[in-house]
Amino acid sequence: MTGWSVKGRDCRRWAWPCTSLICGALLVGVASNLAAIAPRDHPARATLGDAEGGRGRAAAYEAYVVGTGGVLSARSAASLGVHRTASIPAFARKYNLPCSSCHTAWPELNAFGQTFKDNGYQLGNDRDSPIWLNPSYIPFAVRTTPGWRLERTTHQPVDDGSGGTVEKTLTQSGFDISGADLLMLGTLYKNITFGFVPTVADGEGVGIEAAFVRFDNLFRSRWANLKIGKFELDNMLSEKRSMMLSSNGTFYQTYHFVPAGDATDFGLGDNQIGAEWLGHSANSYTRFSIAVLGSVDGVPGLPSAKSSYDATFTLSQAFEAGKLGLERIGLYGYVGQRPTSFETSGGEPIPGTGSNGKAFYRIGAVGDFFLGKLELLPLFMHGSDSKDLAGGSRSATWNSGLLELHYYVSPQLVFTQRDEIIRMSQQADPAIPKKLGNIDAFTFGYRWYPIMFSRAGLAMVGELSFTKTIGMVPLSGDGVGLDPLSPSTGVRSTSVLLALDFDF
Amino acid sequence: MRMSNAVAVLVSGLGLCLLASGAAPLRAQEAQVDGIVGNAAAGKEHYRRYCIGCHAKEGDGNGENALWIDPKPRDFIAATFKCRSTPTGTLPTDADLFHAITRGFVTTNMPPWGPLTRQVRVDLVAYIKSFSARWKTQGPGTPISIPAETPANMESILRGRELFQKMECWKCHGPAGHGDGPSASTLTDSKDNPIRPYNFSSGSRFKCGETNEDLYRIFMTGLDGTPMPSFADNIQPQDAWDLVHFLRTLQPLPTPEAAAWHAWLPAHAGELKPIGPDQGGQ
Repeated sequence: MTGWSVKGRDCRRWAWPCTSLICGALLVGVASNLAAIAPRDHPARATLGDAEGGRGRAAAYEAYVVGTGGVLSARSAASLGVHRTASIPAFARKYNLPCSSCHTAWPELNAFGQTFKDNGYQLGNDRDSPIWLNPSYIPFAVRTTPGWRLERTTHQPVDDGSGGTVEKTLTQSGFDISGADLLMLGTLYKNITFGFVPTVADGEGVGIEAAFVRFDNLFRSRWANLKIGKFELDNMLSEKRSMMLSSNGTFYQTYHFVPAGDATDFGLGDNQIGAEWLGHSANSYTRFSIAVLGSVDGVPGLPSAKSSYDATFTLSQAFEAGKLGLERIGLYGYVGQRPTSFETSGGEPIPGTGSNGKAFYRIGAVGDFFLGKLELLPLFMHGSDSKDLAGGSRSATWNSGLLELHYYVSPQLVFTQRDEIIRMSQQADPAIPKKLGNIDAFTFGYRWYPIMFSRAGLAMVGELSFTKTIGMVPLSGDGVGLDPLSPSTGVRSTSVLLALDFDF
Repeated sequence: MRMSNAVAVLVSGLGLCLLASGAAPLRAQEAQVDGIVGNAAAGKEHYRRYCIGCHAKEGDGNGENALWIDPKPRDFIAATFKCRSTPTGTLPTDADLFHAITRGFVTTNMPPWGPLTRQVRVDLVAYIKSFSARWKTQGPGTPISIPAETPANMESILRGRELFQKMECWKCHGPAGHGDGPSASTLTDSKDNPIRPYNFSSGSRFKCGETNEDLYRIFMTGLDGTPMPSFADNIQPQDAWDLVHFLRTLQPLPTPEAAAWHAWLPAHAGELKPIGPDQGGQ
């Protein structure tokens, strides 16, 4: 257990939750899941909305955020409004390959798809350049997800009609539709690829989810590939390629978690703006990436500081395990900083004048293991935010872990499950209860692909996801919610989704 | 200790299973490459995922994408394979099929499937062999032997050039190797589909490999199902190496042969007779 010591702290207390996590995850069965979702107090869907509001941020940064019209809240909302952009039938049409060639179950990539992507979305058959294509071919695809969903949140403060406040469980349900991703990715020339992914969501207008150009096989080397623009980080466990779509399940809590009172605007799952250097072996069993990014969490525009950059790395190695399949392990890390002082005018902070940057980092390990048709995706992360960002007298630190399971009945049917936990190890403010912000999340679902060929894809999706957060409204990709009246209350959130996920 | 014992038992059991599977004799609908045994039943799952769109459930090459693909996908029922280490007319070895899957076929829709694990690829070989009765009645041919390569000098290149003229390679591949010889437009494969000769000036590698040895093997085994015949009965091994060295000069690749050729050519261009019908080739 000594290996679990994090920054000098013994993590044996993690043994039980981690063991529970793994054991629980292995209990892939509807019965057990149904039992688990029969909460005593009806776990409820909760939302971001003001999830970070009212929790004293570092004063200067908060003032800046207020002064710029609540940019932080907007960023946070964008951070969790996960757009799913990464299954691109335009490539299937170009190469006449079915979805299952590149995806275990779309949008998740398999080993062949990963190599294809690493090679600049090229098969390497000397026919990748657009000069070989029929002129009528357009590298364009659309993905959207209409469906029915239910969201429920417990312990929501509600006026009692006599000037007081009581807590209630709020539930809503109905038909809905996700935003649409317009996927434009193609080859400009051999070894030069572009990606442009605008997203359209009712009420949110048009956003740019991704926009990049990549240069591959520079100096005739697979180890020299450069990508510039806005793109998803090379996360081995890709949030953009998640098979889970419900409000709670569509994102990894781990990738977006910030402690109570913390002003850090960053999500590891968010697309970032910068330059990334990637390298890979011929079959992509060995891969790495390093990137320098603007400190803007993917929001176009210059950073709030005068000059500020983040940096990240990923490294992974895969090995064959006979009939079990391909096994991969990886490491990743992200370090960034955010300003804590600003020039002011009339007492108001001036955008772009930030200084006295304070650091935060995320570091962890991830795996992708196959046991025949069963895929296990464990991930561990340790996070730390400077006390100046976390708004306390010491840095805020936490650990998180998740285990996601995929069982591929066939290329056209997959069952999914994810268990995730986040545990604060140290609050920045010693007065804050240690458990405040702790999260337990669980998702179970299936995806059935009645249509899967080289022109389009359709998946019928069923999903159940619930989350419990101590003292805070759970993070969620949609809707509104409020913190409970007591910081020790566990707020439960449930999402149910029945949808059609189509990609054309 | 209890945990250690359990792990030991688990590992031992796993090892015994692996040993048993490895020691078992090769059964029908199985394949073996480098000690890895492939099973057709497992291969069927992978075939459904990766191959069925082009090669079809029946294996006849008429998958839903075949209409849009040129050249057409391989017909596994006919069991006629281009890339072999075995003489023309014989079945390929399991390793030949394995390498074809791994390498893919350049300038076609067949991608290199190297990222798939070796086990998956050997399973696919086993399943591919299940489509044709030929595999049950015939064994694979005996791989041809390839003698040591002769020196790739200018003498060899020039002899190869003469052979290119004499053997009338230019009729299909064109005088400059662009795949535009006078017969090129008339060629069909064994299923009467139009087929183009290989264009040496555009590809970064050959359909059946990329080394000099691979090119030598193509001459001597031919590409079954295509107009490219085997020259095993027509030329001597040393001549084949000469031809290999000359063909390397037609490629836009930084090969030693191309370097020697381009260094020699400016001072000797006038000495060369043009390749083509003017030299009595027609």
